[in-house]
Amino acid sequence: MIEVRNLVKNYGPHKAVRGISFTVEPGKIYGFLGPNGAGKSTTMNIIAGTLAATAGTVTVNGHDVYAEPLAAKRCIGYLPEIPPLYPEMTAEEYLTFVGRAKGLSGSELAQQIEDAMDRTGTQDVRRRLIKNLSKGYKQRVGIAQAMLGDPEIIILDEPTVGLDPIQIIEIRDLIKSLGKTHTVILSSHILSEVSEVCDRVIIIARGRVVASDSLDGLRERYTSECTLELQLACPEEKAKELSGALSRVADGLTVKTEDAALTKLFLSYNGKRDIRSAVYAEVKKSGLPLLAMIPHVKTLEDIFLDLTGGDEPVPEEEPDAPFAAPSAPEGPEDPDGEEKKDEDDKDGGDGYKPLFG
Amino acid sequence: MGSVYKKELRSYFCNMQGAIFSGFLLLIAGIMTVLYNLKGLYPNFEYVLSDTGFIFLLIVPIVTMRIFAEEKHAKTDQLLYSLPLKGTDIVLGKYFAAVTVFLVPVGVMSFYPLILSLYGKVNFAAAYGALFGFILLGCALLAIGMYISSLTESQVIAAVISFGTLLLLYLMNALTSLIPSTSGASFIAFSVVAVLAGLLVWAMTKDRYAGLFTALLAESVLVFLYFKFKDSFAGLFAKVMEKLSVFERFSGFVNGIFDLTAVVYYLSIVAFCVFLCVQSVEKKRWS
Repeated sequence: MIEVRNLVKNYGPHKAVRGISFTVEPGKIYGFLGPNGAGKSTTMNIIAGTLAATAGTVTVNGHDVYAEPLAAKRCIGYLPEIPPLYPEMTAEEYLTFVGRAKGLSGSELAQQIEDAMDRTGTQDVRRRLIKNLSKGYKQRVGIAQAMLGDPEIIILDEPTVGLDPIQIIEIRDLIKSLGKTHTVILSSHILSEVSEVCDRVIIIARGRVVASDSLDGLRERYTSECTLELQLACPEEKAKELSGALSRVADGLTVKTEDAALTKLFLSYNGKRDIRSAVYAEVKKSGLPLLAMIPHVKTLEDIFLDLTGGDEPVPEEEPDAPFAAPSAPEGPEDPDGEEKKDEDDKDGGDGYKPLFG
Repeated sequence: MGSVYKKELRSYFCNMQGAIFSGFLLLIAGIMTVLYNLKGLYPNFEYVLSDTGFIFLLIVPIVTMRIFAEEKHAKTDQLLYSLPLKGTDIVLGKYFAAVTVFLVPVGVMSFYPLILSLYGKVNFAAAYGALFGFILLGCALLAIGMYISSLTESQVIAAVISFGTLLLLYLMNALTSLIPSTSGASFIAFSVVAVLAGLLVWAMTKDRYAGLFTALLAESVLVFLYFKFKDSFAGLFAKVMEKLSVFERFSGFVNGIFDLTAVVYYLSIVAFCVFLCVQSVEKKRWS
């Protein structure tokens, strides 16, 4: 439906987009995800035909946006980052203008405006001047504008930025309902938004596509490697005695000594298989005092940060917000207490994110 | 085109611009009518128009400054470019809206000769011929202002540059008379223009070789012509400038001459500026 091939855009010496390629299939909601300045808006502007690319091609329904701009634009409804509204018009006048510019007239125009207003919930404000509308309503009028002319593709650039939480939920619901009838491309730098609304995610960073997959595919691909951290109150040699038994349970194992009284074991395992109870059984058998068992699971957030962060990926073992309470009693703990601790960990807290959260 | 035209027209009359434009034009035309026709007892409405022309310097920038600069500033230009509209649709829609705003006070002014004719003998042909010239002059100046507006994001800059340009055009005759009428002076003046043209091309295309090429080409043609027809260069610059002066061409209409070349001249300015404006709009889309 949309074919983007090797798109490049330079602003003078600055390279905003450096060779982006992706394909958009009909009938899905696409999330265009990336940190600020990654090139999201630039790419969307190029697809919508408001900006020229330095190199590369964009084809919309077989129409090249350079060779046949009008045919390509008829297939696209676009809401830029800043809703392009004329403050001195009423919502209805504005939609009439856009509808006419999209070639609608007469009863068809009136019908489409009614539909768009119904779906975006802007009927109440139709006779109010746009400059007096709240940000949420402005955004809705902007979306209504994009819906006019019944384009097959609707592109929304950061549609929820600057809205209050209730408005954000309303706009997300609206986007979901749009997704039933249109192909929607939505850009955002908020991961939770994309994971809630979109079927597929295209993550871009520093002007390049770093991942393009369905959400489940992303999770599958990047959360399969989990790490379980064990903190044992014993010297390294003793902990190593345990490692033989543990490596049968886990895929990989590394040992890290903090001091004479604390050894950390890092077990890597596939996230689809929970090894925690097996590990616990082994530790209990060895009788070594277990201070903490901390699963490090990559959330979508981590994946996002890894993919979009600095040029080197963030090291996985980085101990973030360790759970082991500094005041944890040394020496063997009774199993019930340990079980309880594990339970607490599972229930969440800052460091532990539920699997596939 | 129709949709952009309607939208623009609305915004002129929702904002103050349309009213300010019409108000000032009618005010000055009214004062001049009182001075010449009612107090001075001249039956010539064309003199009124002749002396009203200077108000274009002030009111044309008021109307044209916002045409593109405001859209760029508010980022609403992204909407226009994402709609299935051609560059010419957008530019012509906006231009015709500006012309319509101009025609409203002119429509009111077109009754003045009729009113005057109740009290004396008015030469309608001369009066309406001059009014026609006045409309052409206004249309040309609006096109120039619109082009300047398409070059910047700031309405203030657009207004100031438009005012400066119109002022230069207004004073063009007086300025060229400063240049001595010897052939050498003419040659130097033309050379300066050639260099300026080169700089303009450089500024517009951001390509220094294109600018250099333009300047050198113009300069070499100039040198060739200068040595071939040295005598005819005497006073040539002043003559050419007079022919090119937007305001000077209007004086022919005031003097009762319906000069077809002047009509063509004004329409060419309009077409040229609209063309440049379309290029300036399209440039952002297809660099």
